[in-house]
Amino acid sequence: MAEDIKQAAPPKMKVTIDNISVEVDPGTTILQAARMIGGEVTPPAMCFYTPLKGSGGKCRTCLVEVSKGSEKDPRPMPKLVASCRTGVMDGMEVKNITSQRVLGARAGVVEFLLLNHPLDCPICDQAGECHLQDLSYEHGKEGTRYEFKKRTFKKHNLGQYIQLHMTRCILCYRCVFTADQVTNKRQHGVLDRGDHAEIATYIEKSLDNDFIGNVIDVCPVGALTDKTFRFKNRVWFTKPEDAHRDCDKCCGKVTLWKRGDEVLRVTARKDQWGEVMNDEEGKTGWICNECRFEKKDVKDWVIEGPTKVSRHSVIGVNHYEVLDKPDETVAKVMGGRQPKLLLDIHSISDVNDPSVDLSKISGPATGAVFNHKQLTENTE
Amino acid sequence: MGIQYTNRAKPVDRSPMTWVERLYLWNILKGMAITLKHFFKKKPTIQYPEQTRTFSKVFRGLHILNRDEEGRERCTACGLCAVACPAEAITMEAAEREEGEEHLYREEKYAAKYEINMLRCIFCGYCEDACPKDAIYLSQTFTPANYNRKGFIYKKEDLLIPNPVTEPEAYQKALGTISRENQITEEVN
Repeated sequence: MAEDIKQAAPPKMKVTIDNISVEVDPGTTILQAARMIGGEVTPPAMCFYTPLKGSGGKCRTCLVEVSKGSEKDPRPMPKLVASCRTGVMDGMEVKNITSQRVLGARAGVVEFLLLNHPLDCPICDQAGECHLQDLSYEHGKEGTRYEFKKRTFKKHNLGQYIQLHMTRCILCYRCVFTADQVTNKRQHGVLDRGDHAEIATYIEKSLDNDFIGNVIDVCPVGALTDKTFRFKNRVWFTKPEDAHRDCDKCCGKVTLWKRGDEVLRVTARKDQWGEVMNDEEGKTGWICNECRFEKKDVKDWVIEGPTKVSRHSVIGVNHYEVLDKPDETVAKVMGGRQPKLLLDIHSISDVNDPSVDLSKISGPATGAVFNHKQLTENTE
Repeated sequence: MGIQYTNRAKPVDRSPMTWVERLYLWNILKGMAITLKHFFKKKPTIQYPEQTRTFSKVFRGLHILNRDEEGRERCTACGLCAVACPAEAITMEAAEREEGEEHLYREEKYAAKYEINMLRCIFCGYCEDACPKDAIYLSQTFTPANYNRKGFIYKKEDLLIPNPVTEPEAYQKALGTISRENQITEEVN
């Protein structure tokens, strides 16, 4: 009898989110059910990350109102619940954007998250793909009521590849789970408690695991950023392209962020929720440090095509859907005569200088790089 | 009859000239009187460049890159002006501030190179609107004419306002002929 129950496919559960019904498998969370519907009814999530076990339940941005518990027990849940950690019940009715309580609570959560956030977006490399930016635009209030000094930290050095800005951290613990689950040795965690809690390497140890670079991809804010990309360009001026290479450590399927033919940054491929995508065969999409930090040359990669970017993203500005360059027709029409160039911009401009290859420089560029003093050292 | 756009149209008068009109001299005198009248009117001509017209409060001229009160560059190369620019005239290269450069740049990142292509610029002022760091302003000067296209690529050195600490006089001059507050008090007085 018990075996029969196990073999039979479990019945689907019907859940209604903002008056849109969807049938899901038992054990699905409200957040995942809302993501199946997609669009505006999906609650934002700062700490929940599907590929990481145990993530979620910390940031409280995904709070929703359950107005009907289930078909059997139709009482509403008394408090707002975190949708990433609450499983659906059959006949459950959930209110997200249709509930004023949820919108008010979410605005409060955003205000809390921004209390200690330095708001240094003009400097931050995450700007443009930052989940906290999106969250505060969509759900936050304009001002803050906080009048005290924002918390600051002593600078930690996380090795030559990863830059930690502890002031920007919102303590989502995603990187801790990544270090724990993706890499086989954890050297990085949260020290101290409450307001003093911070992400740190235990006794300032350098992280030397092959997959530790993935903490950059999971970070929803600019706390963990790529040191090899630091300050090199704004995200929305780089062109994302899907590419792959044969790698014996990881799947080798990545997104290249290019300027011209310079590969400025390499990241894992992400889905519409900003989570690392599994590849077609269902293999994990985490990429190794070698692919991420060492392969900054177009020749190392097989380019597949431009990454699909949402029209609403700032990264989609001036984004092209094809890689083919248009034909130069002037010479054809004019019997082989090339068009007369009235001004070669490189003869006067110092920006995007062909002799300066930012992808060859390991860290952030300094003034000397652009003044041609240090360049010869780096290329050697 | 075509479409009538205004009601100011006058039918052509084809009646024969009167005796006075036929004298010819009368219309000459009428014209001379109009010319004479203008001798005593206020001259609208301004003797540029010795004299200049007062700028409107919202005049948008050549860009300046602002410094803070300690003379440090405010621009952090965040790229918002460049992304807001409809003409794609602004380009920049960012660099990290090194130790010992704290007196030059306000924040840890700065624009090592900053260029505005004045051939492209349409002086819309969107860059000024977009700037989160109070760093770029459209001043009350025209872009000077130039014989070469090269002369219209303005670099950071051309755009930066004089340092208020080392060159206070030049800085005051660069702030413009009318500041907004002064203009308002003048109007009140």
